[in-house]
Amino acid sequence: MKVNGVVHPAPADPRRLLSDHLRHDLGLTGTHVGCEHGVCGCCTVLFDGAPVRSCLMLAVQAEGHEVTTIEGLAAPGSPLHPVQQAFHECHGLQCGFCTPGFVMSVVGLLREHPNPTEAQVDEGIAGNLCRCTGYASIRRAVIRAAELTK
Amino acid sequence: MKPARFEYHAPRSVEEACALLASLEDAKVLAGGQSLVPLLNFRLARPAHLVDINRIANLDRIYERDGGVAVQALARQSGVEDSELAARVCPLLPAALRQVAHRVIRNRGTVCGSLAHADPASELPAVLLALNGHVVVASTRGQRIIPAAELFTSVMQTGLAQDELMVEAWFPGAHGKYGIAEESRRHGDFALAGGVRYGDRLALFGVAATPVMADPRNPTNGLQPSGDLEATPEFRLHLVQTLTERLFAA
Repeated sequence: MKVNGVVHPAPADPRRLLSDHLRHDLGLTGTHVGCEHGVCGCCTVLFDGAPVRSCLMLAVQAEGHEVTTIEGLAAPGSPLHPVQQAFHECHGLQCGFCTPGFVMSVVGLLREHPNPTEAQVDEGIAGNLCRCTGYASIRRAVIRAAELTK
Repeated sequence: MKPARFEYHAPRSVEEACALLASLEDAKVLAGGQSLVPLLNFRLARPAHLVDINRIANLDRIYERDGGVAVQALARQSGVEDSELAARVCPLLPAALRQVAHRVIRNRGTVCGSLAHADPASELPAVLLALNGHVVVASTRGQRIIPAAELFTSVMQTGLAQDELMVEAWFPGAHGKYGIAEESRRHGDFALAGGVRYGDRLALFGVAATPVMADPRNPTNGLQPSGDLEATPEFRLHLVQTLTERLFAA
C-alpha cells in the first residue's frame, strides 16, 4: 500500500486495523484513535482520496490502495496545508486530539464542495466529535480553508 | 489486536466467494465493514472466517434494471447518494441515504451491507420494504431473488442462508409521493423511530424486530416497541404517530 506517497508492505496479521498499522507499524501517530468503533472520527484518513475511518478497515484491505494521513498533507518545514492553516488562524482546536480527523474530513469535504454552504459545512463535520471547542471556531475554520484553497 | 482471531479470505470473483462460503464453517462476509468491523473490534462478533469481497471486480455497479435501480454489493453508499440514475429513477433512495450515518461512513459503507446487516433501526431495510424491492443472492447452488417482505426475519437476521452472498439490491422506480422521516437523539445516530412513505405505503423502522409495514391511518396498531435509555415504548409510539402525520401531510 502507498502511504503518503511511500510504498509499504501490508502487515502479516489480517487482524491489524489500518489505524493501528499506521500508528504502531509505520509510526504515523498523527492519526489519533478515540472510540475505535467509528463514532468519534479521530482516525479519519484519505483512502484513494476519500475520507474514511481507519479504525473500521483492516490494514490488509489497503493493499494496492493509496492512504493519506495528516502527516502527508504538508512536508516538515514547508507551509501548512490550507486546512491546517485555517484551523490555526481560526483557533479551530483546543486540546488537539480530534484535530487530525477533522482536518482530513474537511480536506475531503472541500474536494466535493469547494465553496460549501453552512449546511454542507455542518454535514461535512457532523461525523467528527470535538469535546473542547463547541464547533463554532471549527465551522469558521472550514469557511476560511475554502477561501485559502482558492 | 482488537478483533478476535479469524482467518482472512479475499476472493477475486463471486464464484470463488460462494465456494468459500459453501465450504467454510462460521464465515462472515466483509463488504464496507462499517457495521461489521465495530462488532469485530468489540469482539461481539467472533467469526472463524472473514470473506472480504472487496477484491471482486465489477461488483460495484449502479445500473437501471426493470424500471428500477440495481445496486451491486460493492457500490458505496456515497456513490448511490450521488448517482444521477438513482436521483432520476428512485429519488427516495438518495434521500434516505443522506440519513444514514455520516458521509465519511457512507464513503465506505455499502447499500447491500446495510440490508444484510438488517439493523431494525436502520433506514435502508425500511426503504426496500416500502418500495417492495428485492435482493439477489448467489451461492454455489445458483442465484435467487428474495423479496423485501421475506428478507428481514428478526433482529439482524435475514432470509439469506449461511452460504449465500447478497450480490445486488433492486429498488423499483418510484415517482409517487415519497418521504423519509426519523427522530434520533443526535444527527447520524440510529433512529429512535422512523417511517418511509411511498404513495399509500408506510414502512416503519426502529419500533420492532424488523422493519414493518403499517396502515398510515392507524400506524401504531399492533406495535409493541421496546424501551431503552433513549426512549420509552410510549415515546416511540408517539413518534410513529407524529412522523406518519408529517409524512402524509403533503
